[in-house]
Amino acid sequence: MTVWQELAANRPQRRSWQLTRAVRRDLRNGLLFVSPWLVGLCVFTLYPILASFYYSFTVYDIISPPQFAGLANYQDLLTTDPLFWKAVRNTLYYVAVAVPLYLCIALAVALLLNMKLRGMALYRTLFFLPSIVPDVASAMLWAWILNPQFGLLNALLRGLGIPTVGWLSDPNWSKPALILIGLWAFGSSMVIFLAALQDVPEALYEAAELDGAGLLRKTWNVTLPMITPTIFFNLVLGMIGAFQYFTTAFVLSQGTGGPASSTLFYSLLLYNNAFSYFKMGYSSAMAWLLFAFVFLLTWLVFKSANRWVYYEGENA
Amino acid sequence: MANESISSQSLSLSSGATQDRTVRRHRPWLRRIVGHLVLIVLATVFTIPFFWLLSTSLKPPEQLFRLPPEWIPSPVMWSNYAKATTFIPFFRYFGNTLYITIFNVFAILVSCSLVAYGFARIQWPGRDSLFMVLISTLMIPGAVTLIPTFIIFRNLGWVGTPNPLTWPAFTGNAFYIFLLRQFFLTIPNELSAAAKIDGASEFQIYWRIILPLARAALAAVALFTFMANWNDFLGPLIYLSDKNQFTLAIGLYGFLSRVRTEWGPLMAASTIMISPVLVLFFFTQRTFIQGITMTGIK
Repeated sequence: MTVWQELAANRPQRRSWQLTRAVRRDLRNGLLFVSPWLVGLCVFTLYPILASFYYSFTVYDIISPPQFAGLANYQDLLTTDPLFWKAVRNTLYYVAVAVPLYLCIALAVALLLNMKLRGMALYRTLFFLPSIVPDVASAMLWAWILNPQFGLLNALLRGLGIPTVGWLSDPNWSKPALILIGLWAFGSSMVIFLAALQDVPEALYEAAELDGAGLLRKTWNVTLPMITPTIFFNLVLGMIGAFQYFTTAFVLSQGTGGPASSTLFYSLLLYNNAFSYFKMGYSSAMAWLLFAFVFLLTWLVFKSANRWVYYEGENA
Repeated sequence: MANESISSQSLSLSSGATQDRTVRRHRPWLRRIVGHLVLIVLATVFTIPFFWLLSTSLKPPEQLFRLPPEWIPSPVMWSNYAKATTFIPFFRYFGNTLYITIFNVFAILVSCSLVAYGFARIQWPGRDSLFMVLISTLMIPGAVTLIPTFIIFRNLGWVGTPNPLTWPAFTGNAFYIFLLRQFFLTIPNELSAAAKIDGASEFQIYWRIILPLARAALAAVALFTFMANWNDFLGPLIYLSDKNQFTLAIGLYGFLSRVRTEWGPLMAASTIMISPVLVLFFFTQRTFIQGITMTGIK
């Protein structure tokens, strides 16, 4: 910073775009205050993004320096690596099923809680609790609940006369099992929804009631449009998070993504390539493909927002 | 719910205004009952795993595999907890986790509040473009920066130490900066202006005026940081290799991979890992929920 100040002080003054003293002082102070983040931006974001882009065109095992390999990593990933496409399918399945499901449940429960029932705070706490449980601990707990022979869930199904399944040990049921585990922790999106619901002006409901709207109509034509910004927020964050789904699948499959690669999610494969096989170039290529795809999808969601997200105070 | 509204509609159609009024009076009452019923069932379903955790953590091995499952442990096996804390160096892991967590809470509070002040309370050219950069970094998947960051720390000789999990916190966290900035913006500008007239520097305004007024937001950030670090799995998994430096999350994972069938002690260990977070949550619920709410708006 001092070097920069000296430079600024010694620079010949140019009248045309010379900053006033007050503006210069504010600029200096502003930069000074945000400097911790600027350092982090350069060291932990910008440099790594560029470096991983470069690594993605190399063969790099950490011990010897990266060797340029052109598009070989991308070519291997897209054409020859069967695990890559398996991981892509698993991840897309998870994103496509889990994200809408969590959003709907979180919203539905938030709508219920917004009925101004007595004990709302207690319910809210109960629904929120699971989402603060550490992923590792929740994985342990659910491994036991979903145990095929002695687990609570299968005992319940047996009691109801419903055929039981192997859950985490059955490749057909392992992903639904993981989605179920994730569902337990829908609380934080619910809290966000609830706050948005409480912000919907009462006058709008009163007006709708005068027009003879019932509960369903009020929900569909007043509540939902008013909270579309929050749905949008939860959708974007939920999507970005789901593409990076890792811990629970890793813990429950001991890092293998089993059974039969059915829980081999994108981040898990990336982790294994990077930190079990030390294929840093290859994993960087994986990271960049993910980045490009998530970026594209987020951009599409943002573009679609004009059609369905309503911002109050924005005159159409 | 749908049935209810249809029946009331047909009622009001058939018998006019008086009937309509009585139905209107009754409907909220019925709706309430239905609402409570649904919520109670749901809340029970979502709470059962906690009871199951606690119950299993106190069960003797032979009771675990009894069908149908039993809820009340008999005899109560407190020794599961003793086993959980001796099978892995539990208190060491607890201490390691606490060190990383407290360090992060402190560093994040310092860095994020400073940066948020720079973005919210000072007008300077280029500020808003830089803030857009900050927001867009929220959208970058962690995987993209993971490998080069690992290599940076490897070259620093920090892999195998807790340093990569602690020191970066001094460079802030985009999400918490965003949250604090939104909060700082709501503090009236007249306060800063008055202090400036009295000759206060920006740092004095930050320290004497803004921070004391932003206690609620700072508390929320502290809580989030605590939870995130207490629960973190990937970071310790990548950077810690020495068993003596493991955190609870990694220790618990190791526990699972070695003794898959000792569910009693395993659930006891999970219970101990969850308890601090639960206790903290119960005492700080309001701050916590307000904090989450702050992230969701605007």
